[in-house]
Amino acid sequence: MSEISKTFAGLAPREGALVAYVMGGDPDPDSCSKVIDAVVAGGADILELGIPFSDPLADGKSIQAATVRALSAGTTPRRVLELAKYAKEKHHVPIALMTYFNIFYSQGFENFLRLARSHDVDGIIIPDLPLDEASRYARISRRVGVDNILFAAPTTPAGRMRMLASNTSGFLYLVSILGVTGARRSVRRSTLALIAFAHRYTRGKVPLAVGFGISTPEHVREIIRAGADGVVVGSSIVDRVAGYREGKAKVLRNVEEYVRSLKAATRG
Amino acid sequence: MPALQELESAYLRWKGDAGFRADLDGMLREYAGRPTPLYFAQNLTKRAGGAKIFLKREDLLHGGAHKINNTLGQALLAKRMGKHRVIAETGAGQHGVATAIACAALSLKAEVYMGSEDIKRQKLNAYRMELLGAELHSVTAGSKTLKDAINEALRDWATNVNTTYYLIGSVVGPHPYPVIVRDFQSVIGKEIRRQMLRREGRLPDALVACVGGGSNAMGTFHEFVERRGVKLIGVEAGGAGRGKNAASLAEGRKGVLHGMLTYVLEDEDGQIRETQSVSAGLDYPGVGPEHSYLKENERATYVTAKDGEALRAFHLLAEVEGILPALESAHAVAYAVKMARSMRKDQSIVVTLSGRGDKDVQIVAKEAGVNL
Repeated sequence: MSEISKTFAGLAPREGALVAYVMGGDPDPDSCSKVIDAVVAGGADILELGIPFSDPLADGKSIQAATVRALSAGTTPRRVLELAKYAKEKHHVPIALMTYFNIFYSQGFENFLRLARSHDVDGIIIPDLPLDEASRYARISRRVGVDNILFAAPTTPAGRMRMLASNTSGFLYLVSILGVTGARRSVRRSTLALIAFAHRYTRGKVPLAVGFGISTPEHVREIIRAGADGVVVGSSIVDRVAGYREGKAKVLRNVEEYVRSLKAATRG
Repeated sequence: MPALQELESAYLRWKGDAGFRADLDGMLREYAGRPTPLYFAQNLTKRAGGAKIFLKREDLLHGGAHKINNTLGQALLAKRMGKHRVIAETGAGQHGVATAIACAALSLKAEVYMGSEDIKRQKLNAYRMELLGAELHSVTAGSKTLKDAINEALRDWATNVNTTYYLIGSVVGPHPYPVIVRDFQSVIGKEIRRQMLRREGRLPDALVACVGGGSNAMGTFHEFVERRGVKLIGVEAGGAGRGKNAASLAEGRKGVLHGMLTYVLEDEDGQIRETQSVSAGLDYPGVGPEHSYLKENERATYVTAKDGEALRAFHLLAEVEGILPALESAHAVAYAVKMARSMRKDQSIVVTLSGRGDKDVQIVAKEAGVNL
């Protein structure tokens, strides 16, 4: 059983997992390790660590801005892998690496995956890897021993949902709404219905975590109550990191407290 | 993904439909101005001193470029699919203008994403789109050029996919777009074939077209891919030289960008590189995947022309033939002249003049040190 699966399996009844996203190398590679410390201290169950990519198609303004900050600070994919190793050694937290397919492809998919594994990465999340291509990469991931976490969306029909549920590992990442990442004001009723629909295919098979647009403890509570096994929060953490230069102690405290409030909400 | 499947099945359904074909052919003929002439460029041929050079005059189309072949086709498709909001990306602005034109004519709402850097370089086209009733969105992310406009259009599409048709302007992006755009542009090559047979009684020895994303080149080549005797040559933007260009096929590696596996310009980490070219329309770090395929199986040859060569070809064509080519097309002219020189007089080359150069006059003046 992978570290990520173990985390879901070890939750209390009705408790959800908090997957917290940090852009690797934001605001710069050294300071990022402090952001990781704060996120874990706040109670993140799984760390989703992003490798900045020049063309982040699935991301909204917040993560685009974080991408620019990280890249202009000279962050490379290898440096982000070092951050993963740091996080694992210091905090023993499960790590899902999130980036776009070309970062993997340019180094040779398996080659880069093995490198990631050797840096203690437990899972990968690649938003521009479509299901039709995913099965061969899922095979490689199984061989290397890394979870390949796939996405489902509000437009995903039943047949595809079934395929996704059996091809994904670690958890199924359900995109809550049509669109890109970024905080939204409220959880739509359609999202709650979507969770119920997706749950029909994942229940008893693989955990279901919901992301995109989730930004408050109230959102987290609603999503977990609707039956999700976990939530993914990214943009609103990243937004808090944006002010790092102006006052890092305050930002780190703010990030930690914010994550703590989200984690508390996963318990109902 | 379901959106792409919906698009593919709609396309397959309508492309063979007699009513759809009749609507499109009628619009192409009576509104856009097809067929376009194939012009024997006698003076240019004399200047080159070798093979006969013919110009396929896509620059004479309504809107000033080949782009309208595709926008009319896709806008008609959007209408058949019941989508009344159309979004598009644009680099130089030609595709944005062609989208605005097609949408105005077919009573659709058009919104166009354009990099803020490109808006600065192509103010005239940006304003033309607004005159034509399109809403213009300035994109300030990344390099602020075409690739960022595509990113933003894709984000919009992901958000509004149920009501919106994404009208891609080149043979790029996820399947089925490269096929759809190629098919709508293949009218160029079909006409060349007919016109050459009628005029010369034989097919040309070579076809030359510029390649950014590669739609006019794909449209030129497609009809001839199975006719091995015809050389296919794509000319990429050589910019200012090595490392400072937009020549994905010449200098790139295989990568994944905008939902396609193709040659891309990237750094050693897989980050997409910023491109450089005097022509905004060729300024793209990827290329249509079918061009990558034609390069790999060696059916087509891809070369480059630098900024300076394109500018010289622009002036040459203006002076000897009275035609201002788009700077994009001037890349093809530059290579064709060079190539003609090494060929026999009884041989022939067809160059696709993908667009007219009026939009580029300010850039050309600036490069020549003239203050307008």
